[in-house]
Amino acid sequence: MGKTFKKPEVLTDAHTHYCPGCTHGVVHRLVAETIDELGIRGRTVGIAPVGCAVLAYNYFNCDFQEAAHGRAPAMATGIKRVRPDLMVFTYQGDGDLASIGMGEIIHAANRGEKFTTIFVNNAIYGMTGGQMAPTTMPDQRTTTSPFGRNAEQVGMPIKMAELLSALQTPAYVSRQTVIKPKYITKAKKAIHRAFEYQLENKCFSLVEVVSTCPTNWGMTPVEAVEWTEKTLLPYYQPGDYNVPE
Amino acid sequence: MSKVLMKGNEAIGEAAIRAGCLNYFAYPITPQSEVAEYLARRMPEVGGVFLQGESEVAVGYMLFGASAAGERVFTTSSSPGISLMSEAVSYIAAAQCPAVFVNIMRGGPGLGGILPSQADYLQATKGIGHGDFRLLVMAPASVQEAVEMVMLAFPLAEKYRNPVMILGDGLIGQMMEPVEFPDNLKSEPSNKDDWATSGMDHRSSDSRNLVRSLLLEATELNDHNLLLKGKYDRMCEAEVRFESYNLDADYRGLIVSYGTMSRVCRTAIDTLREEGIEVGMIRPQTLFPFPINAVGDAAAKDSCRHVVSIEMSMGQMVEDVERAVKGRIPVSWYGKCGGEVPTPEEIIDLIKQRIA
Repeated sequence: MGKTFKKPEVLTDAHTHYCPGCTHGVVHRLVAETIDELGIRGRTVGIAPVGCAVLAYNYFNCDFQEAAHGRAPAMATGIKRVRPDLMVFTYQGDGDLASIGMGEIIHAANRGEKFTTIFVNNAIYGMTGGQMAPTTMPDQRTTTSPFGRNAEQVGMPIKMAELLSALQTPAYVSRQTVIKPKYITKAKKAIHRAFEYQLENKCFSLVEVVSTCPTNWGMTPVEAVEWTEKTLLPYYQPGDYNVPE
Repeated sequence: MSKVLMKGNEAIGEAAIRAGCLNYFAYPITPQSEVAEYLARRMPEVGGVFLQGESEVAVGYMLFGASAAGERVFTTSSSPGISLMSEAVSYIAAAQCPAVFVNIMRGGPGLGGILPSQADYLQATKGIGHGDFRLLVMAPASVQEAVEMVMLAFPLAEKYRNPVMILGDGLIGQMMEPVEFPDNLKSEPSNKDDWATSGMDHRSSDSRNLVRSLLLEATELNDHNLLLKGKYDRMCEAEVRFESYNLDADYRGLIVSYGTMSRVCRTAIDTLREEGIEVGMIRPQTLFPFPINAVGDAAAKDSCRHVVSIEMSMGQMVEDVERAVKGRIPVSWYGKCGGEVPTPEEIIDLIKQRIA
């Protein structure tokens, strides 16, 4: 019987540092499969964020840069402007992209920069120890919202896919999740499509992936999946939010 | 090649192109916005990249990304904008990427004013952002020298894989002078295949490159800091540039001054000489590395009784002058801020009071 399932070429043999039940590993794999399928490893540059995925470059066997917190879209802009032939993707979390990097992502998207952003939204700061993010849900407890997020004081969680879709510049903006196989198939299609739009030099592309953080949520992996489905997905609804003509 | 009359800011933009840098990212700020305005028209003519970023913070990282991908890149800004870029400068220095930053200084702190100043000396020379690093800093005293320093900056940034800063005051950017662009200062970009994230296919390599600054192991980061220090030490050995004036005379006083301020001092020195008062001058052309030995040697001359650092700031370079003179003779400071430039008459009176 032949081999039907193998590790993507662009993934290294390293064991990831991600916690049990974290979905970063799944998202890495989907990006890696896409790079393999498109045959673009030799001209791909990834940009790692600050946050749990800062060490993504240990897992991807392609050129990689490491950004400061939130600045990956500006770095990607710099690369694509001087080397439009390169395939560039940023891999960012919600603290990185939706808080400190809000300016960079909105302007890169609005300029129509031809790179791809994988935006992993788990509604919390992971690497720094579970602090409140702009995406943290109302009443969600974090280390800096110990009594639950008070929306009257700090506002409602930011819906990035919707926000970026309000821009008039053509872009591909999609929100997906990877908490169950049925979602993973759709997320893979969206990520593949996002890279294809870049390959065609068509538009900016972003896939938001609603993800889990059992460690900082204080849940088991199974509870985290259930909480994501019950609490996050009704607010962060999956689907394509903007598709270029 | 014939000379053309150009405004400093425009000449700086043209110099980068002539040096072989066709990638420019910037954010408007007075008194250097003419660089961006000039290059917005000029870059398309030469097939180059011009992009106005959304902030100086973003521009700094556009440089980082472009440089890390192996391309020559530069930006221009002025004091408050440089503060915003300083975050990226720290990352760029840490990741050992070449990039050129031009600071056409205005008065500070805060918004300060838009008139010429030299108030960013300490910021530029003592490590502009967080962490332990230095920039190679050159300070032009004329539009022609600004052109030459910009052209030199690119190969120097590549030689040391470190950011280089051209530190000009607002006058350098705003005044018009005849300039030429020396062909011999055009340079070929260095080969960056061993480190740049240019794409594995681009360099026909099976191994990937990684540009980063995160080093979580204490010993690893210490080793990295030692490596960086080694580069700064080599700069101090090989890159010190300065100009001396009237040092053959038996001067009683020594002026240390740079940029536009040094031109005023030169006028004062000429006038004093006619009156029989000899004063020498060292004009640092590199502020880091500072010409510490040149200043120390000039101050050690038997006839010399006093050294004065004359700056368009409240006494910043004077700290380096004191470091050079090592307390052997008195060192003092004189300066003005906010766009006020000390006049030759003021300097003549000052020299007579303190030295003659």
